[in-house]
Amino acid sequence: MDMFVILLAIPLVSGALLTVAGERAWAPHLNIIASAGTFLASALLTVEIIAEGPRFAFGEQFFIDSMNVFFVALTAFVGMTTSIFSGPYMKNEQAHGRLSKPRLRLYKSMYQLFMFTMLVALTTNNLGILWVAMEAATLTTVLLVSLYRTPASLEAAWKYFILCGVGIAQALFGTILLYFAAERVLGETGNALLWTHLVDVKGQLEPAIMALSFVFLLVGYGTKVGLAPLHNWLPDAHAEGPTPVSAVLSGLLLNVALYAILRCKVLADGAIDGDFAGNLMMGFGLLTLLLAAFFLGRQKDIKRMFAYSSIEHMGLITFAFGMGGAVANFAGFLHMTMHSLTKSAIFFAVGHATQKVGTQLMADIRGLIRINPVIGWGLMLGTLAILGMPPFGVFASEFMILTHAMKHHPWATPILLLALGVAFASIFGKVQPMVFGETHAKQLPHAPAITPVFVHLAIVLMLGLYIPPYLTRWFHEAARMLG
Amino acid sequence: MNAGVPLSAQLINLFAAVILLLAFAMLAQRRVMPLINLFGLQGLVLAGSTLVVAVTTHQAHLYWSAGLTLLLKAMLLPWILHRLVRKLYVKWDVESLVNVPATMLIGIVLVIVAFNVAQPISLLSHTISRGTLGIALATVMLAFLMMITRTKAIPQVVGFLAMENGLFLAATSATYGMPMVVELGIALDVLVGVIILGVFFFQIRDQFDSLDISHMEHLKDG
Repeated sequence: MDMFVILLAIPLVSGALLTVAGERAWAPHLNIIASAGTFLASALLTVEIIAEGPRFAFGEQFFIDSMNVFFVALTAFVGMTTSIFSGPYMKNEQAHGRLSKPRLRLYKSMYQLFMFTMLVALTTNNLGILWVAMEAATLTTVLLVSLYRTPASLEAAWKYFILCGVGIAQALFGTILLYFAAERVLGETGNALLWTHLVDVKGQLEPAIMALSFVFLLVGYGTKVGLAPLHNWLPDAHAEGPTPVSAVLSGLLLNVALYAILRCKVLADGAIDGDFAGNLMMGFGLLTLLLAAFFLGRQKDIKRMFAYSSIEHMGLITFAFGMGGAVANFAGFLHMTMHSLTKSAIFFAVGHATQKVGTQLMADIRGLIRINPVIGWGLMLGTLAILGMPPFGVFASEFMILTHAMKHHPWATPILLLALGVAFASIFGKVQPMVFGETHAKQLPHAPAITPVFVHLAIVLMLGLYIPPYLTRWFHEAARMLG
Repeated sequence: MNAGVPLSAQLINLFAAVILLLAFAMLAQRRVMPLINLFGLQGLVLAGSTLVVAVTTHQAHLYWSAGLTLLLKAMLLPWILHRLVRKLYVKWDVESLVNVPATMLIGIVLVIVAFNVAQPISLLSHTISRGTLGIALATVMLAFLMMITRTKAIPQVVGFLAMENGLFLAATSATYGMPMVVELGIALDVLVGVIILGVFFFQIRDQFDSLDISHMEHLKDG
């Protein structure tokens, strides 16, 4: 059977199944098995695409090439490890009385549907469907952010819904303008929103409309990426939702939204003379990076702090793609991969740590290394990795972005260095006492799932030391697609 | 209107003007129930204008989207919102709007901005309804203004839905509507969104004993 159909069918069917039977004893296992199956399907699909080149599915409605198959594999992988992590994590939450059985059912079914919407967004060839899937991804996660039903979590979910709703409405307007520009060239067939058709005629699209369209698309999808000034929902949603949700929001949703912008950038670049889209992205990226770096130091809640760190990295990645060219695009893809893996690993460690000490306030978290050395080291190593310390992979990508900026956009270098320096000082200064220090805390009823943390960190470490040639080729090919 | 403009174009312009007028009326409406009715009326006019475009251009899928608009925006969504309001007992919720005249003035400025932005694009459009693109953008901006100025949850959502109305008007005026599969997807998203919000309203009310968003200003940095 078609591997792509299986890839989409697994999360959809298991999501539906968990909606009806999510309170059974086997439900948590189904969640993990389904996620593992999705990952297996994505791995097989990747092998197929590498061997046979890009392909369509369902007529021309879906299109898989080396650029998006890379995101599909990454999404499915983090989806799988997060589901493994969430097993014992959610059992502990239930044991603490923070979550009831019906809410766990809601969590599991929405988790699978969320994976489904992201996979659709990544693989669709139709920019209209891309929009629909992005909005659906918001809808599936709104009720997850408010899963605890505390006043703070409801407030966070409301903010998430309204801000992302406004953002996504801008993106819809951008899509309408894009369709308008395309219709003039491609005619009123249903093909005017198909990316593969648009790419063929991108040089003929009306530049004035495309420029306006790209601004709306960047601001719209940028809201979901967490780009300033519409980034406010992100720290709240990350801090108040359950930790597995924070991990997939940070590690996956932001990537998918950025992917949507990249697809649109290819079209805008083709239509507009000069580097309009790139400059815009560089500007937004730098602003976001700088803003997030300075907000990092003011945080008291550990999940909020790492949420701001996600905003910071998204700013850096947006800047990298804004610079464009083979090297910067390569660095951008590498950094997206590293950030996804590292940040979700950090959230896993943070989740277990906060469960142990019973608070998210950093001032009250002390001496993790003594409570549980594995969690303590996991958090410490994850923090060092995300801060770009060698030999972790984040160092490699940040180094590439920095050197490329020095060569081609020297004016930006001091801003980048300042932001990275401030971020380093803020995060390291706060994590250090949390890991090493005096404390007393009790044991958890369910042993935490630590393996995902170290699997992620091991991959990040390996990619920092050695990137396998097939992966390099893959990144290069994806970077070339961006032009 | 001069005599050279065909009747259908005049009708479309008339409908678009009514939609804009309704957007202003919503901006000034303080009570929840009449606000929802205004929103339903806007959906009805939107469906009417889509139908006129469909009849004049003979685009089969526009009939479908006119029907879909009528069903979803003029009937189903107002009905769901009415039910919600009755179940939540916020029927007589009156908002103390700060300074309606000032909001109106800002709204007028937004309309002028919208017309200026849309002007160059309208010139490129070949559709019969191109003159309404400015109105569509203005409707989006007014709905956005409504979302910013309201402090209660339901008016914010109505603003959100009105924004979608404006976007739909933009889609039918600049182009003859998006491809059918996309339109169905958008409609599904809007419907699911409203249902999720319905669930969400009950959660908010249970926690805060009110649907006043100004209670929800505790999450801050630092």
